[in-house]
Parts: sequence; C-alpha cells; structure tokens
Amino acid sequence: MESLELLHLNLTTPMVLGFALGVFAALVKGDVKLPDAVHSALSAYLLFAIGLKGGAELSNTTIGAIFLPAMATLLVGVAVPIQSYAVLRKLGKLGISDAAAIAAHYGSVSIVTFTAAGVYLDAQDTTYEGYMSALVAFLEVPGILVAILIARVASKSGATIRESLHEVLTGKSNMLLVGGVVIGLVAGAEGVASVAPFFVDPFRGVLTLFLIDMGVVAAGRLRDLRRVGWFLVGFAIVAPIINGALGAAIGTAAGLSLGGATIFATMVASASYIAAPVAVRIALPDANPAFYLTSSLAITFPFNLTIGIPLYHAIAKWIHA
Amino acid sequence: MQSQSGSTPENEVQTVELERVTIVAESVLESRLITLIRQVGARGWTLTEVRGEGSRGVRASEWEGNVKIETLVPKAIADRLLAALARDYFPLYAVVAYADRVRVVRGEKYS
Repeated sequence: MESLELLHLNLTTPMVLGFALGVFAALVKGDVKLPDAVHSALSAYLLFAIGLKGGAELSNTTIGAIFLPAMATLLVGVAVPIQSYAVLRKLGKLGISDAAAIAAHYGSVSIVTFTAAGVYLDAQDTTYEGYMSALVAFLEVPGILVAILIARVASKSGATIRESLHEVLTGKSNMLLVGGVVIGLVAGAEGVASVAPFFVDPFRGVLTLFLIDMGVVAAGRLRDLRRVGWFLVGFAIVAPIINGALGAAIGTAAGLSLGGATIFATMVASASYIAAPVAVRIALPDANPAFYLTSSLAITFPFNLTIGIPLYHAIAKWIHA
Repeated sequence: MQSQSGSTPENEVQTVELERVTIVAESVLESRLITLIRQVGARGWTLTEVRGEGSRGVRASEWEGNVKIETLVPKAIADRLLAALARDYFPLYAVVAYADRVRVVRGEKYS
C-alpha cells in the first residue's frame, strides 16, 4: 500500500500540520492569528516567489516544449467553469449568480494548493517541469472570466467583461504572479539566483507560517457549513476528484512527466480563494459569499491539501503506467 | 454658517459647521467608494482599515477586513453621497453609512 504510505507522509509534513494547528487553534478559540497586514505580506511573498521561480525556469524552456501544456491549461481553464456551472445549476438547483460564482472559484486555481503539490513531490524526489509555475499564472484568469461571462449571458446582469477583466488582471494575485514570471524570465536563472536566499530558500518556512493562518481562516468558515447545504459540501469534494482525474489524464496527454501531471491535476482540482473571491464579489454581488467561500476555502482546500494531492499523484501514476 | 466658539477672546477659533459622512464597507469596495466620493463633489477623504461585526457577517475575503472612509462636506453633498450609497451599494454589499454635524476649523477648505 504505497499510496497509503505517501498519504501518511503528506499528512505529517510541517505544512499540513501547521494548517491543522490553525484549524485546532480556531476551534478552541486559541490565539495564533497573524495580523492582517502580515497575512497580506506573506501571500504577496508567496505569489511573487512562485512567479519568479516559474519565470526563471521558463527562460530555459523552448516554446515548442511548453506549447501543448499551455494549450491544455487553457482548455481546462475554459472547460472546468462551464462544467461546474452546469452541474451546480442542474443537480444543485442553484441560482445563476451563485452557480457562476462557485464555477469561477473552481475554474481558477489555488496557488497555495499548487505549491503544496510541489513540496509533496520534492519530498519524494519526484521531478516535475519547472515551468509549471508559469502555467499556474496562465490558469488563474480564464476560469474567473468564463464564469462571469456565463452569468452575463444567462441573466444579463453582473459586471461587464471589460470591468471584470480589469479587476482580475490588476488584482494583487495576478499582478504579483505574472509580474514575478516576467521578472524571472527577463532576469533569467542567474539573476534569480542572486535573490534566491530571500525568495527560494525560506519559501517553505513562509508557506508553513501562512498555512497556520489559512487554518484559522478556513476554520472560521466552518460555521457556515450548515447554511451551504449538503449538496455543496459533496460538490466541494467530488468536483476536485473528478477534475483532478481529468487533469491527470489531460496533463499526461499533453506530454507532462509523472510529477508534472500530478501538479497539473492538482491545479485543475483546486479552487481559488485569493483572486476569485474579490473579482466575484465585484462582478456578481448578488451571489452569496457563504456559498463560494465555504466550499472553496473550508472544504476543497483542506481536502486537496491532505488527501487530494496524494490521490492525484496515485491517479497520475496509474495513467502513466 | 460661520460661527464663533471658545469662551474667551484668546482661544477664539473660527469654525464652520459641516457634515462628516462616515462609510464603513467591505474593503473590496475601497476604490469604487473613493471614486464616488470624488464624483459627488467632496474635496477629500480619510481612510482607515477597521474590523467589526454586523448583520452581514460574511465578507468576500474576511482577512482583508473592512475600511472606514470619512469625508467632510456641505449638507447637499452629504445627501447626494448617502443617496448614491443607498441606491448602488446597500442592497448587495456590507455597507454602513451615517452623517453627523461637526464644527470644522478652516472649514472653508471643504465646501
């Protein structure tokens, strides 16, 4: 039962345990919450560092090598929100705005979940394509836009696409991530090596600290669990599994290695909670934040962090074999 | 609207009565609210990041908190601002707004 061993290994990393500490502290009303400004600074650090790393790797990658994976990223970026919207409307009987808002979150990507997948693979010396962090930047935006576009077509309400585009592209998440990629690309691997003592070496430590805080935030959302209903709780677990399996298959078909396909699957399975909530709050104000935040942050995120990543790894292994 | 205050001539200060409009809102609205404040004709504003709890417990990103924006304006502008808030923001967002009369030093700067 090698997979179970890997699951155990994943559950005992400082990152996952840090997240558990945050959840535990919130439940017993203990005090581990970081000041808001520190939380923002840590998330800015993580976004920029990921971008920088991806950009540096991208400078050593030919367009031919990344073309298929990039197209695969675009494909899932468009397909996942459409499929999620259909499921949420038809099976979940949710309203247009609520369904589109949730679809935006699942169509976009969680940078922290993505990063955790990389750390998980590093721990077992499984290599993956370094340009994955550039693909993650590519996946963040389309899902949100497609979902908002669906709501606009379906109900003629919500913000215009131009407004939403501006919101998503100029949001903190996208600016730092894409900015990091561009800077990494221009500076090249050598340039990035000069700032590595700050942006590369302490990365996992910062991630662990950030995850303690994410645990507190996620646990805070658990109180809304009853309000969101069992359908959405189920969706927040089943959708990542299906999307993850599809991601593993598409990633493999696009020529990614086992490690790369695992990360790609994790990207597709994850739900955004930094970029999407802000964009959706502005573009679809009548959608209930309790629905999209609780499902993406309180259920899907912890699920992916603990069970999801080893599961997608196992699926990718099975497909590769 | 000019009034004199201070009990003795040496601490006599010229003040003007204005309205202080205070808006507490989820921080995703920050740039939009500032644009609105400018549009209705206010000359300036002060923003602080705040925390709190109200009837709308849920926030778009709760760790980003709320903002409190204050602006000093003549009554006509205050009314215009409150009306615009009531029309565009109260139905869908977590927004609290109120106005009170204040005595402002160098009040002519604000109207």
